[in-house]
Amino acid sequence: MKETDWRFRVAHREAWIGLGLALFNFVWWFAFAYGLGSRPVEEYTYIFGLPDWFFYSCVVGFLVMVVLVTVVVKFFFVDVPFDEEQEESR
Amino acid sequence: MNYSVLIPMIVFLIIIFFIGYWSSRKLAGSSNFISDYFLGGRELGGFVLAMTMVATYGSASSFLGGPGTAYTMGFGWVLLAMTQVVTGYFVLMILGKKYAIMARRYNAVTMIDFLKARYNSTAVVLLSALSIIIFLFSAMAAQWIGGARLIESLTGLSYQSALFLFAVSVLVYVTIGGFRAVALTDAVQGAVMLIGTLILLVAVIISGGGISNIMQDLINENPNLVTPYGAEGNLSAAYVSSFWILVGVGVVGLPQIAVRAMSYKNARSMHRALIIGTIVTGFIMLNMHLIGVFARPILPGIEVGDKVIPLIALETLPPWVAGIVLAAPMAAIMSTVDSLLLLVSSSIVKDVYLNYIKPDASLKTIKRMSFGVTGILGVIVFLLALDPPDLLIFLNLFAFGGLEAAFIWPIVLGLYWKWGNKYGAIASMATGIISYIALHFYNIENGNLFGVHTVTLPVVLSLLAFIAFSLLINRQAYDYNAILYRNEKQA
Repeated sequence: MKETDWRFRVAHREAWIGLGLALFNFVWWFAFAYGLGSRPVEEYTYIFGLPDWFFYSCVVGFLVMVVLVTVVVKFFFVDVPFDEEQEESR
Repeated sequence: MNYSVLIPMIVFLIIIFFIGYWSSRKLAGSSNFISDYFLGGRELGGFVLAMTMVATYGSASSFLGGPGTAYTMGFGWVLLAMTQVVTGYFVLMILGKKYAIMARRYNAVTMIDFLKARYNSTAVVLLSALSIIIFLFSAMAAQWIGGARLIESLTGLSYQSALFLFAVSVLVYVTIGGFRAVALTDAVQGAVMLIGTLILLVAVIISGGGISNIMQDLINENPNLVTPYGAEGNLSAAYVSSFWILVGVGVVGLPQIAVRAMSYKNARSMHRALIIGTIVTGFIMLNMHLIGVFARPILPGIEVGDKVIPLIALETLPPWVAGIVLAAPMAAIMSTVDSLLLLVSSSIVKDVYLNYIKPDASLKTIKRMSFGVTGILGVIVFLLALDPPDLLIFLNLFAFGGLEAAFIWPIVLGLYWKWGNKYGAIASMATGIISYIALHFYNIENGNLFGVHTVTLPVVLSLLAFIAFSLLINRQAYDYNAILYRNEKQA
């Protein structure tokens, strides 16, 4: 193996970020849904009419992911060329 | 016949047809037919890329089946449906730039091209082509039946005429326009889905007297409807969580999605698609499934889940608006079907015919083959959908999870793990499919093993098989740059 293509390092880092985001998404979704949702129904509170566990897990959770994905893409993702530049890559 | 509903839908079909025709004129002037027809020439921008992924993925089940189940199960099923938000960013981030770079190096047009170049094995190619042709063909037929049923219930046409109408509109623009037509119409269809679901959600909330009111009605009927555990209390946390694999991260392994991850123009399109895709997927899934739940107090007692959305639209909206809104599930079904049709036809023409039967076919032959195979496939699906055989329905059950279990590791680890080799890939695909089918029968007899969805265990087993066989047989590190030196020598 010769030296690794610099674009691969970028690609590998971004794939790890994707995995991290998915894990975070899962934990958020699970914790609110089953943390708050397992109480008896009488104890639920309602936000904009929706049960609290659902509001935090699915509505807020979705918005948080949109913000996170946007921030990550804007600030951490690198614009790389996909075609081979014969000279520079060697 | 309900003309005020029908006319907006026909207008919609005509617009879609026009886009197909327009793309075909672009295709006529193309210098690289194969890459253009099956991949749109790798020049999709961010918006079209995001929309085509969402539209391909969002099928009859997201618009008819899913909301219908939410109607029966309550909020627990909406929670389950929201596991799909992850697909909006996960697929593109995981396959991402490495896939785009390698696909260009390999000059890959289909997912199988990628596997062929990476593993350099005839067995891998034939095994993948076979599973794509069998499973996706069945999946496609099931969607055709759904599309025809929808037209049938809206228009009062007979099932046969509805199916015919559906078949003609799909075939015309897939056959003439290829991938670019499919991707562009997907973008229009995605936009229709987005706006349609929003209008319907608002109409349902107003007609139910506000969300708080609807919630009170649900609690009065059955308090379980507002818990995460389903109407009967039988949706366990483990079962719902396992859908993160089936409809969330596992989607990376679906060929119709993976091929889209090599079709974009540049890194900027990919970045935009990540953001747009996440927003659109989450928005549509949340809206559609909430509509399903909210419909319950307004129209109680619907027996067939697939009818919830058409009925609630006709109930809460003026007829012509209902026509536009119901074009959304129509759009979802059509956009899934057209991608599958193109994919199955590319597996036959590109992966089998060009690779093994006639590698030196002339451009004219390839063109004729591509149009011909796509057309013939369409006719076969049409005939099968007229009176669906049991085998078809049976195979469709495996289409989603089976393909995921088969392909996820050969693609992902093939991309990132240099020790992966063809023995690992073959073992992984075989293990995935066989264990999926075996477990399916076990679960029907005995209830879900470990309380999770069938897909979970086969995905784990195929991972183990991939790693074990890659390390045990003919272990060798793969050089991702080797193809470059070879290309250079030829040049």
